[in-house]
Amino acid sequence: MSEKQATIAHRPPKETGCPDAFQYMHPVMRRNYGQWAYHEDPRPGVLKHVAHSGDAIWTIRAGTQRILDVTSLNLLCDIGDKYADGYVRFTIRSNIEYMVDQESKVGPLIVELEKNGFVVGGTKNSVAMISHTQGWLHCDIPGTDASGVVKAMMDEVIDEFKGWNMPNRVHMTTSCCQINCGGQGDIAINVQHTKPPKINHDLVSNVCERPSVVARCPVAAIRPAQINGKPSLEVDEKKCICCGACYPPCPPMQINDAEHTKLSVWVGGNHSNARGKPSFQKLVAAGIPNNPPRWPEATAIVKKILRAYRDDAKDWERISDWVERIGWPRFFELTGLPFTKFHINNWKGARNSLNASTHIRF
Amino acid sequence: MADKHVTPMLDELEHGPWPSFISGIKRLRDQHPQERISGMANSLLGQLEHSYETRKGYWKGGTVSVFGYGSGIIPRFSEVGDAFPESREFHTLRVQPPAGNYYTTGMLRQLGESWEKHGSGLQTFHGQTGNIMFIGSTTENTQHFFDEINEYGWDLGGAGPCVRTGMCCVGAARCEQSNIDEIKIHRTLLNNFTDDVHRPALPYKFKFKVSGCPNDCVNSIERADCAIIGTWRDDMKVDQEEVKNFVEEKGRKYVIDNVITRCPTNCLSLKDDDTLEVDNRNCVKCMHCLNVMPKALSPGDDKGATILMGGKRTLKVGDLMGTVVVPFMKLDTEEDYEKLTELAEETIDFWAENGLEHERCGEMIERIGLVNFLDGIGLEVDPNMVADPTTSSYVRMDGWDDEAEKWFKEKLEAAEA
Repeated sequence: MSEKQATIAHRPPKETGCPDAFQYMHPVMRRNYGQWAYHEDPRPGVLKHVAHSGDAIWTIRAGTQRILDVTSLNLLCDIGDKYADGYVRFTIRSNIEYMVDQESKVGPLIVELEKNGFVVGGTKNSVAMISHTQGWLHCDIPGTDASGVVKAMMDEVIDEFKGWNMPNRVHMTTSCCQINCGGQGDIAINVQHTKPPKINHDLVSNVCERPSVVARCPVAAIRPAQINGKPSLEVDEKKCICCGACYPPCPPMQINDAEHTKLSVWVGGNHSNARGKPSFQKLVAAGIPNNPPRWPEATAIVKKILRAYRDDAKDWERISDWVERIGWPRFFELTGLPFTKFHINNWKGARNSLNASTHIRF
Repeated sequence: MADKHVTPMLDELEHGPWPSFISGIKRLRDQHPQERISGMANSLLGQLEHSYETRKGYWKGGTVSVFGYGSGIIPRFSEVGDAFPESREFHTLRVQPPAGNYYTTGMLRQLGESWEKHGSGLQTFHGQTGNIMFIGSTTENTQHFFDEINEYGWDLGGAGPCVRTGMCCVGAARCEQSNIDEIKIHRTLLNNFTDDVHRPALPYKFKFKVSGCPNDCVNSIERADCAIIGTWRDDMKVDQEEVKNFVEEKGRKYVIDNVITRCPTNCLSLKDDDTLEVDNRNCVKCMHCLNVMPKALSPGDDKGATILMGGKRTLKVGDLMGTVVVPFMKLDTEEDYEKLTELAEETIDFWAENGLEHERCGEMIERIGLVNFLDGIGLEVDPNMVADPTTSSYVRMDGWDDEAEKWFKEKLEAAEA
């Protein structure tokens, strides 16, 4: 193929990068950019922002199934055209937000969204939409599904999404492997493997770049080996922490297991600097069966934690603030969850997480 | 379409009040006029049901890209493609959204139409990094889809060891707590590194996230290699009339319990006349009192950003928060923006040079120490960078006098400036 033909066959990309947002922004927001004075929360799922100019904009937030088929996407657009002003945005938790310039548009829009099965809520001190990953639907290393876990759980906490029943907002996340793409959450439901990878030695030398797999292991438990006369890898199973970090660069090191891949629940992750500094989530429960299609055991634990938090925390306390006030022994007492040796950190810097004081609540 | 796969487990996810993604995929299978799309949806449901039954995933990665780029597509080839042939190739295109995730319904429809033409008809707004994810296309169609949407203003995001798609909060467009122009910062940084987004050549991923205030709604400290967070350094604004109104409405006990005593540095005092006294010198801009009383309290006028670097999730040394490397930076003039871009370039260059394969910037800082990192990117040490000074005496300290002199000299220069 000549050079000219190559140019015709391949259209060169226009490297435009991140598009300009202002062309898609509601005119009231464009006009008052950087000039907002305050906001109010007229009702769950609705925000009212008022600018110094006196302009106001109402935002209606709705939860969706996140993986949108084009029919649902068009339906959301139809609703936006008919009942709102044709401008939307998405929150980082994949809720859709409609912005309207008159209060009178709020009610009919909510009615229409709810009529079509979307759920208005997720603002202020609610349980927000669970932020999640791809899972079995599309990921190459998942130990569980993501959309399915989230659908099953949101069915159970939908009243908390629609209402303002919590002391402060609750951000939940799920992750389908221990890399935890779902991120930090007040409550996180994550995969936890419990057995070392099962290695298909016939494939390792063809599929895996062995030195980089060795380098990937956080505890140096992997070493090169000759197995049945072929170059492969072996795992020191006593050292192995079953994290699955070797699996992405080396798929023949299968970490997922129908029985031994479990779920774990973590609490107290908080991204905000409000009151205390941001915090990472801490393990509270593990060994939970990875039980499709509705994962009832994981949901039951999440609901237990939510109930204890709702009943015991003070206004504005996130789960991390609440636990800091009441202490971990009381957390385990109130939630009825067992405290085990696995809750005690044995990783780098572990002793910083131990109690080096006589501060004990009796 | 081949016979419809039976999906008894997935069917269980059609019950309950939350919108069901399974019902959505079934709509594509049962109602979509294009046989290509309905067939793809049928195979996808079949494979997903198989995953639910066996509790295993069956997608494998590979190498797929559009002409001229090495990034932006997540290739997925089915391991069970013989049983579910129509979704045998099911690649995702990561497309960069407008900063702040704004759309008109017209543009959403146009994107949806293009995707119906070339892909599965399934999309997500947005993935965890921040991309629009168009899920499910053959290798050939990834190019056609990209060509079509690229013509009307959309470009691919990052995937692999490269600068990733950025994220910013709703910010100045709709939030009274915004202290910076999040959209401008986001676009300035991302579009400065377009080449590094499209052609993966870095040790690992690098993420920019921009939050307009310390509430950090885009989780930048926990998730971004470079977090830019709006803040202010003068006094917060207090509308005492609104404070009084708030006290009257909520009661003193509520205000004392939920505002005054919650201040992490004990800066607030409710006076006898129900106005608020603020010790601004010791306010750390945590945002709590502004969150509770948004009508009465607002950020000050001398606004700018705090920059933290090195945040990341678990793989491989465990979760790391970002660390303050610039306590305060004005972001008003074009020169200010140039300084920010230069800092980002210095950082990425230094990390590209010194990071190990698959090592995030934060892990490199962990390995070489903050002081060496700062030295590498040309920043001076500052007490705002530490929670505490070192508690260990096992540190070599010759050269103390020079460092102390440097500190006083900088203070003098800053005072003169």
